[in-house]
Amino acid sequence: MSQIFILLEGDELSSAGAELAIFGSRAGSVTAVICSNNPEALVASAATLPVERVIVLTGIDFAKSSLRSVSSVLAELVKRDSPAALLVASSARGKEIAARVAVRTESGIVTDAIDVNAALEATQSIFGGSYTVSSRVTHGTSIVTMRSHCVEVTTTTSSPAVEYFDGAGYVDTQVTITSSEPAQKSARPSLAEASIVVSGGRGTDGKFELIEEFADLIGAAVGASRPVIDSGWYPHAYQVGQTGKTVSPQCYIACGISGAIQHKAGMQTAKTIIAINKDPEAPFFEIADFGIVGDLFTVLQSAIAALK
Amino acid sequence: MKIAVLIKQVPDSWAEKKMGSDGLLDRAGVDAVLNDNDEYAIETALQLVEARAAGDTVTAISMGPERTTDAIRKALSMGVDGAVHICDDALAGSDALATSKVLAAAISQGEFDLVLCGMEATDSRMGVIPAMVSERLDWPQLTFASEVVIQDSTIHITRSTESGVDRMNAQLPAVVSVVEKIFEPRYPSFKGIMAAKKKEIAMKSLSDLGLTPMDAWTKVLTSTPKPPKAAGVKIVDDGSGGEKLVAFLKERKLI
Ligand SMILES: Cc1cc2nc3c(=O)[nH]c(=O)nc-3n(C[C@H](O)[C@H](O)[C@H](O)COP(=O)(O)OP(=O)(O)OC[C@H]3O[C@@H](n4cnc5c(N)ncnc54)[C@H](O)[C@@H]3O)c2cc1C
Repeated sequence: MSQIFILLEGDELSSAGAELAIFGSRAGSVTAVICSNNPEALVASAATLPVERVIVLTGIDFAKSSLRSVSSVLAELVKRDSPAALLVASSARGKEIAARVAVRTESGIVTDAIDVNAALEATQSIFGGSYTVSSRVTHGTSIVTMRSHCVEVTTTTSSPAVEYFDGAGYVDTQVTITSSEPAQKSARPSLAEASIVVSGGRGTDGKFELIEEFADLIGAAVGASRPVIDSGWYPHAYQVGQTGKTVSPQCYIACGISGAIQHKAGMQTAKTIIAINKDPEAPFFEIADFGIVGDLFTVLQSAIAALK
Repeated sequence: MKIAVLIKQVPDSWAEKKMGSDGLLDRAGVDAVLNDNDEYAIETALQLVEARAAGDTVTAISMGPERTTDAIRKALSMGVDGAVHICDDALAGSDALATSKVLAAAISQGEFDLVLCGMEATDSRMGVIPAMVSERLDWPQLTFASEVVIQDSTIHITRSTESGVDRMNAQLPAVVSVVEKIFEPRYPSFKGIMAAKKKEIAMKSLSDLGLTPMDAWTKVLTSTPKPPKAAGVKIVDDGSGGEKLVAFLKERKLI
């Protein structure tokens, strides 16, 4: 059976990471490469997924080390074991790690896949969801970065063999991280992880209190359109769209956003789309599964009341 | 300081993009423009050499078919000094790996101190070229910068993400990509547009870079237009809109 590598990073298992294991197990026997300063939690989580082996990287301080460290070790492991595929989460960081491994191991790469099958054919949804493309890597290890929320995770019990790999010799000295100020810890899920995203546009006039309250009640992340960022109402990290983040949640709720092509480019693969807009002609309604013509503040207020 | 800015010509982001029968983007059908994200990199380069010390130059480097010249002229009219255009029929259908190899080879010919890029091209949206170029050159990679400061031979950047604010630095030469929040790109002035006509664009073929044609390492198997989405339910809020919203979320088992 062919070997499939997946990359797991961070202090705990993310939903994107769990999905990599599910996708990988379709095509072969999964090895999870774990890059974490506290790997125990990820090793334990791997045993709840279809994972047959874990390789825990040691000798690297992942908080202080650039992504070049991770990509160098990963490339070394790919060269050593020649897996059929390497699956990585499609975050900005994941794509850059995958890109560097592709160069080092002379392997083809597909990014932002929404599906991958047993034959390692990857599906992408491109041009704002207007085309579905299936493609395959034809050289080296198939390196595929996967969007999150694309497959249901069912847990199992596995007992992966645990291996350690000393990465100390691969620590990047080119880039020095001088400071990392973590954002204020919020109970709200991140845009990448959330299964529901509630976004506000210019129509909010900068008043995000109801959007945040509604989002918190339904466990959603908060996003925004570009004018909101340009007006300084919300930080850039929350911008959804062509020049911001691309999200593909189960459900995207657009409040006071008109539905410009550059905004849709960042969210059109959401499974269910809801739009609240006072203008019945707003383009967002053309792609909405559920549209409410009305004032966003009134609608959110009554939705919040209904939830409480 | 000698700065290279990597730029790409892409279909206008306002236009509907279509696939050709070969599984590649049909570029003939839509207006081609300078990738929006690259304008921020150009602006950053121009601001970094604003004082124009002796030897300061900004060079645009682009790989693409002949008509890429239009995007290059736009960069030149913004104030970029000169350009390298890698244009070769053998490059049609190149993947990111081949593209990064070509760009890295062109950069190596120029003795640059800094390579600036946009965060991604609005057509392919892979966002992998800066990392690949950095890997090929073995230069440090500082990506998604929202602030760039150069002190002596060290470049410092700030990157803001949802998880926080990171500051990092590296020795030049380095590859840096910038996000749109860094600077508002300038509009080309009339003077700039006139001056651009006289600026030099060095045309290079693959063999000029010492390279031979490369196969793409990915193959498109099928590409299917998605059937237009059937319009969903649209209601007018009569006071019960919020309740109906919650009911809809529950019905779809989203909450
Ligand atoms: C190169 C480029 C890149 C871009 N990248 C992005 C990007 O990444 N992300 C992005 O979002 N945009 C991006 N844009 C901008 C994009 O073209 C649109 O201008 C932007 O998305 C519009 O944001 P909006 O819908 O919030 O504002 P508007 O278009 O002004 O729409 C506001 C909407 O709110 C509605 N409204 C007002 N008040 C209320 C109320 N009380 N209740 C309900 N509805 C109300 C209005 O009817 C209107 O439909 C980009 C543009 C360019 C040229």
